Amino acid sequence: MSSGTAIEIQDLRKTYRVGKVEVPALRGVDLQVKTGEFLAIVGPSGSGKSTLFHIIGGLTPPTSGLVRVAGLDLSALSDSGRTTLRKKTVGFVFQKFNLLPNLTARDNIAVARYIAGTDGLSSKDFDEVLRLLGIDRRLDHKPSALSGGEQQRVAIARAIVNHPAILLADEPTGNLDTGNSQAVLEILRDLNQRRGQTILMITHNPEAAAFAHRTVRMRDGRVE
Amino acid sequence: MTTKLVFENLKNKPMRSLLSFLLIGVPVTLILTLQGLSSGMLNDARDRARGVGADILVRASSSTIGIQQTPDAVPEKYVSYFRTDVPHVKLAMGVINHSIEFPLIITGLNLDEFTAMSGGFIFPKGHGLRDPDDILVDTLYAKQKKLQIGATVTLLNHPWHLVGIIEGGKLARVVVSLKSLQEVLHIGSNVTSIYLKLDDPANIDFVDRFIQEHNNLRAEPMADYTEAAYNISNVPGLSDFMYVVMAIGIVIGFAVVCLSMYMSVLQRTREIGILKAIGGSNSFILRIILAEAMVLGLGGTVLGILMSFGAWWLIRTLVPSSLSIEIVPLWWPIAGGITLVGAALGALYPGLNAARHDPIEALAYE
Repeated sequence: MSSGTAIEIQDLRKTYRVGKVEVPALRGVDLQVKTGEFLAIVGPSGSGKSTLFHIIGGLTPPTSGLVRVAGLDLSALSDSGRTTLRKKTVGFVFQKFNLLPNLTARDNIAVARYIAGTDGLSSKDFDEVLRLLGIDRRLDHKPSALSGGEQQRVAIARAIVNHPAILLADEPTGNLDTGNSQAVLEILRDLNQRRGQTILMITHNPEAAAFAHRTVRMRDGRVE
Repeated sequence: MTTKLVFENLKNKPMRSLLSFLLIGVPVTLILTLQGLSSGMLNDARDRARGVGADILVRASSSTIGIQQTPDAVPEKYVSYFRTDVPHVKLAMGVINHSIEFPLIITGLNLDEFTAMSGGFIFPKGHGLRDPDDILVDTLYAKQKKLQIGATVTLLNHPWHLVGIIEGGKLARVVVSLKSLQEVLHIGSNVTSIYLKLDDPANIDFVDRFIQEHNNLRAEPMADYTEAAYNISNVPGLSDFMYVVMAIGIVIGFAVVCLSMYMSVLQRTREIGILKAIGGSNSFILRIILAEAMVLGLGGTVLGILMSFGAWWLIRTLVPSSLSIEIVPLWWPIAGGITLVGAALGALYPGLNAARHDPIEALAYE
């Protein structure tokens, strides 16, 4: 693990407006994640984990507070700035895999490279990752022909194909059986250890959290 | 990759894609068929007018442009007057053109005069007019009405006896003797048009001026007449009608693509969220939607062109005499352009809608 800071968050607040009602989702979060760290975030539903992820991943802007991701101040980013952040700086792995159903596994990965503009670059090192993920022989299948574990591995490949500074995994084992969960968690740990990939993982599962270097707990929009 | 995204989506929703192609293709077919009909009808009429072999056409001064029909009558005595008193006139022939069932016309003429001027009809079956009730029809009319030699053809409440089937391309599809038609129509010794053949085409201008100076008649060189009368832009209302049809084409293309893409965007809300989550910009999303609309527009155009061949075949098979239709390839890109404009406009709203999707809400969409 490097000593640099991958994510720096101070007094982060996020309030959603539902009709005329304001709903505070984050009420002053402070968090620091070091480069190369594997951090697990746990907490009950509605504690603000997903909102925190969405802000770090540039899917939604913060209401107030400081959020610095890979040196970028997210509160100062425009919509297109957040799009660029998602393109190059962060990679998402979702509980429901979220692969494009009409494309093969190969094309699901390729579309991320295309969007980031890296599709013309050599992918020798990436071929190694595909072998590591154990999906190199399943690349020409569509998601409907892949098992849950395989789909999640494709989603991980898509998330890291552009070498993001941070990998955000939102309940990556939530839809998987024990065997596949174990395999996916080992892949994440492997990516962290071998490639120094900074990983933030939301999970409800203490066994999954045990794969991380550190676990933080969220409750009522705050880090405990 | 945009191409792959577009084609994979179309491939995975085959019914939506095919219905969109079909619905976009219908106005293309409509435009091409109407254009083919107007072009075919005018060219056919022009060719038949040219087939007379005349140099000058004389009509009543009140006649307007187009095919002359009763009651724009000219006294028949002018026919002999032109033959004897107007210099350079070699042959003169009076005819009556009378509408029977739109757009078909029955023509009354003197067969000997017509043969002298045009070289005469060619008879694949039967012979020329001999008795007052004899009638000739061309091959297309015979095919459309399923007529055989010897059949009784009732037109203008008069039973005619079919004695000859003629090849088309010369003046008329349905021919009877001038005298018989004058009697059936009760118009006395009048004609609607007089065709003149001169001793030398170089004298056309002289004869034209001579007739107009000495008679209250409208005379014009056949070349000018056929060019003016059978030109789409000179047929009152036809151009406007075509513009209306094209506008309808744009509106239908717009509505079909708008509905199709709106449904598609709705169905793919989650996919749009995924693309946005991996860094897809608003313009990237809009580009995919517009590209898909363009493919639908192009596919619809191709299908519309193919269906226009179907309409062409149907018209030529079922009503070859009433309607003349042509395939007008010049209009393929025009119809395609009209469709693509409609498709692009139709895709704009759903495209912008998709581009504006909030990625978090889109990802949560079930």
